[in-house]
Amino acid sequence: MEHSPPPFFKRGPTPLVRLLLCSLLSIALLIADARYRYLDDIRLVAAVIVYPLQRLAAAPGEMLARIGEFFVAQSTLHDNNLRLAEQNLLTGAKLQKYNALAAENAHLRELLAARQRFPERTIAAEVLYAGRDPFTRKIIIDKGEQHGIKAGQPAIDQLGVIGQVTRVYPWLAEITLVTDKEQLVPVQNVRNGLRAVLGGTGSTDQLELKFIPLNADFQNGDQLTTSGIDGVYPPGLPVAAVSNVERNAAYLFARIICKPVAGVSSRNQLLVLNWENKMPQRPADEEKPMRPKKSRRGG
Amino acid sequence: MQPRDIAPHEILLPVRPVFIVFTLLAALLVNLLPWSGAMLTLKPDFVALVVLYWCIQQPRKLGFTVAWLMGLIMDVADGTLFGQHALAYSVLAFGGIVLHRRVLMFTMKDQILHVIPLLLVNDLIVLVIRKFGGADFPGFSYFVGSFIAGALWPLLSFLLKLPQRPVPDPDNV
Repeated sequence: MEHSPPPFFKRGPTPLVRLLLCSLLSIALLIADARYRYLDDIRLVAAVIVYPLQRLAAAPGEMLARIGEFFVAQSTLHDNNLRLAEQNLLTGAKLQKYNALAAENAHLRELLAARQRFPERTIAAEVLYAGRDPFTRKIIIDKGEQHGIKAGQPAIDQLGVIGQVTRVYPWLAEITLVTDKEQLVPVQNVRNGLRAVLGGTGSTDQLELKFIPLNADFQNGDQLTTSGIDGVYPPGLPVAAVSNVERNAAYLFARIICKPVAGVSSRNQLLVLNWENKMPQRPADEEKPMRPKKSRRGG
Repeated sequence: MQPRDIAPHEILLPVRPVFIVFTLLAALLVNLLPWSGAMLTLKPDFVALVVLYWCIQQPRKLGFTVAWLMGLIMDVADGTLFGQHALAYSVLAFGGIVLHRRVLMFTMKDQILHVIPLLLVNDLIVLVIRKFGGADFPGFSYFVGSFIAGALWPLLSFLLKLPQRPVPDPDNV
């Protein structure tokens, strides 16, 4: 290269022209992606190409964890084992009761000719890494389309809702946490059955109930569970607990801050609910009677 | 008169394209490491840093196309809107290519003073695009990464220049 002709011959377009071209192309891509979602297929292909790199980058952390597992003392394992066996016994007893109740419930629902609740299947997944984007709260898990994950499915841990699958790649999936600013969860107050919409605030440990009138009955410590009316989350999953209620008559709505119950930003394993909600078909929009066109020309 | 602040000019071997590709991939890999929490806010954008380095050092070997493609890869890996890193890296490449003669005349300390504003502009472009997308400002700690990247510049220049340093031949002094 050093022996090629001096740079002021053959250099192609000037940097400014190239910059303009690149910028225009980028902005076109931005618009195509944000407005029209044309590029999802291309993203899928590109994601497959990047996938080995992502796994490679996640490898050192996984390896460290594996090595750490080797150095667990035998007594700790023994204690853990005992504790888990005990817990298993307890949950087994509860499960028996639950099975009996589920059977009874199914029977009662049959009697009432009510819609059966569909058993949900779960897919266990491991968090590969937290999203590196400081603007959003997202995590990437190691299961994807190939494992039966679809966009829109809810993700939970043993305590409650963590988030929702928002993007699916062949072997990975992206979960938007409930703490993300754009993520909304329809919830119900366990104490009095009031329905509300819970939204993230963008900070790691805070949720906010949206558009609650000042006089609505929400108190500190109220448990919020999913209401299930959206058809995305199954009803009855714990989501958050109210931690602070601020009623200021200067504002239209009460400011109700909640804390998520699940380990939203600390969990390494989670379950994705493969939950198909067989909602009854939405009634078709009634055709509005066509209004006779006004003719400008007088008959 | 002794010019005080001019970097001594080294005579280096030509750089091998394979090495450029290797460093870009390595930077991508470091960016893809599972960063989280405080480390995430402090993490410099290594891909931006390496792209800028090569644009300053070898503007004829690598330019807008590579910067733009690396931006697209970062967009896919981060799951963000297509084109935001691509746009930011293109502007970064422009800065690097336009300023490359000037930057290389300076000593390391003054080079850092050139690099940090360029990286800040890079951050700012991503920030503005995210703002249009409706995201919240993540706080001023968002910009800290670029200052750390600036601090890493001397180390990076040293490491990336290693394969270009001629091996002294004892028979031929």
